Amino acid sequence: MTTESASAAAGAAAPAADQAIAAVVARNSSDVKFSGVQRLYGDVAALAGLDLEIVAGEMVALLGPSGCGKTTALRLLGGFDHPTAGTITVGGRDVTKVPANARDMGMVFQAYSLFPNMNVRENVAFGLRMRKVSKSARLKRADDLLELVGLGRTADRYPFQLSGGQQQRVAIARALAIEPTVLLLDEPLSALDAQVRHQLRAEIRSLQLRLGITTLFVTHDQSEALSIADRVGVMNAGRLEQIDTPENVYRQPATAFVAEFVGAMNRISGRIGDGDQIQVLSQRLTMRNPDGRPSGTAVHALVRPEAVSAVPDPAGSGEVIERTFLGASMRMSVKLDDGQLVLVEAPSHAEEVGVGERVGLTILSDSVTVAAA
Amino acid sequence: MSALAAGAEVEALTLAPQKPSRRRQRAERPKAWRLSILILAALFFLVPLLCSFKFSLINAAGSYSFSNYTEILKSGALRGALYLSLEIAAITSLLVILLVLPTAVLVRLKFPKLKIVMEVITILPIVVPPIVMVAGLSDIQGDAPLWVVKLFFNHPLTCLTPVYTVIAMPLVYRSVDNGLRAIDLHTLVDAARSLGCGWTSTMLRVILPNVQTAVLGGMFLTICMVLGEVVISSQLLYNTFPNEMILVSQANNSPGIPVAETLVAFVFTFLMLFSLTFLARRRGSKSR
Repeated sequence: MTTESASAAAGAAAPAADQAIAAVVARNSSDVKFSGVQRLYGDVAALAGLDLEIVAGEMVALLGPSGCGKTTALRLLGGFDHPTAGTITVGGRDVTKVPANARDMGMVFQAYSLFPNMNVRENVAFGLRMRKVSKSARLKRADDLLELVGLGRTADRYPFQLSGGQQQRVAIARALAIEPTVLLLDEPLSALDAQVRHQLRAEIRSLQLRLGITTLFVTHDQSEALSIADRVGVMNAGRLEQIDTPENVYRQPATAFVAEFVGAMNRISGRIGDGDQIQVLSQRLTMRNPDGRPSGTAVHALVRPEAVSAVPDPAGSGEVIERTFLGASMRMSVKLDDGQLVLVEAPSHAEEVGVGERVGLTILSDSVTVAAA
Repeated sequence: MSALAAGAEVEALTLAPQKPSRRRQRAERPKAWRLSILILAALFFLVPLLCSFKFSLINAAGSYSFSNYTEILKSGALRGALYLSLEIAAITSLLVILLVLPTAVLVRLKFPKLKIVMEVITILPIVVPPIVMVAGLSDIQGDAPLWVVKLFFNHPLTCLTPVYTVIAMPLVYRSVDNGLRAIDLHTLVDAARSLGCGWTSTMLRVILPNVQTAVLGGMFLTICMVLGEVVISSQLLYNTFPNEMILVSQANNSPGIPVAETLVAFVFTFLMLFSLTFLARRRGSKSR
């Protein structure tokens, strides 16, 4: 089948898909609120007091290294686990003690979550069967949802006959079939290869926007979190370090951890001056996280490679020792005279700087996040 | 929408060509070698069976007939014993599954630390020989108050079923546990729960269908065990099927009768195992 006929088929099925959308939208998406939620395993805090509000219809991505508590937060919201302390409310209703099967939440797992003994249509209709929806109604709705995710033709196949990407689409359709109040995505793309991952990522986002469904997305992939969510929460050691728009998390990281976890980062040594100023590469910049450090303290300024410019200058402070062409950009390693290495990423159409050339470095920002030296 | 459908197609196309190459590779191996092994194995298993069959056709008068088989079918005692044993087998296999499946699921899901304990428990009935169990049971029977004797020991069904349940438990536990290992239990259970499934329907609609082969295998092993167990039932003086077979063969002067019985029992077991394989394959063609 060609792409054209595929899109033609999808176009013809659009009314059904619209009905499916209407059905989901009809059920008002709910806001979610974590208040002081803790989860202890023995003495270890998987979640050490989480306060998080998700506005109705918003998509929040929780990002962090493994063991940071992001999955625990998701499982607590899904009802698969229960908090040691704190409350979780959905649409104003306290669901802290409600079991998973009574929460009306759609969950998409990392992989292998489709029931192997049922075909695709039965999988999607399963949640409705549990809700005692009549057979004809639930199968029709399953077909509508499969159209919505572009898999109308695979309804009679079994999960093992589908590719990983198709399986995840079915899992999404199945989660949406029950008209959930909240959609939970637990690293749904991490088992897929890069190309499918990027495509499905965009599809999930557009679907979420069309349905206006409150969504919590958990991932350890920062580019995924930044590109898909309305707000990104960065977690570390059971705590939420920062939650903000993707732009702010990237450009104005609140803590050293956030700065270094999201994207590539230079550590350039500097010294704290008066007020919240810091002296670095003979520039004066404002510190975003002074944290009461006294003036004169040696710290590291965290600066993104693309926030540094390198201009050829025989009297400059460093020398280009390596150059990597990345297509859209050029990455250079600059060795400063005091021995520090600084990564610089410049648009590849910018002025050529050769290896061995001396350059002057400028930080293209007024403020920086600092970390203890 | 179009991007969605097109993406799905691309994936379907890249996924398709995989299987045939391996099959071709296998077909290229020397055929004669495999065929000769097959023939040798067939001879090894079939020749004794065929000889037994021929021998079982010799009747008391020394000529060939099916009289040994009709003798078996006519024997009311033997038929009664067979019904009894089948009854015990059916109840035992159901009981064992009811005990073992939820236990195995719970251990895997909630109490992974109990795995070692289960290993030990499931090895016990294999390590303790049946004759030792019988000695213990006889002791209990001798000293037990009358109501216990009336409740348990008065009928083979009430006495042997619990004992056989214990003996069959290790076989079934291993089988079911292996079945559970083959599926992504945690994810499937979470998925079922998030879709609104209570624990009972999770068990019946999601877990059971996906470990069906293992459960059936365990049940058939149990049935075969019950139909062949002699030590305990004979020591406790119950007329189960295998005991009755021994009695009949000793009482008759035709040497063909016990052989005929063995063959009948063999065919019965074979049919059972065959139906298991058949069921498993039918499921397999659907979901593998």
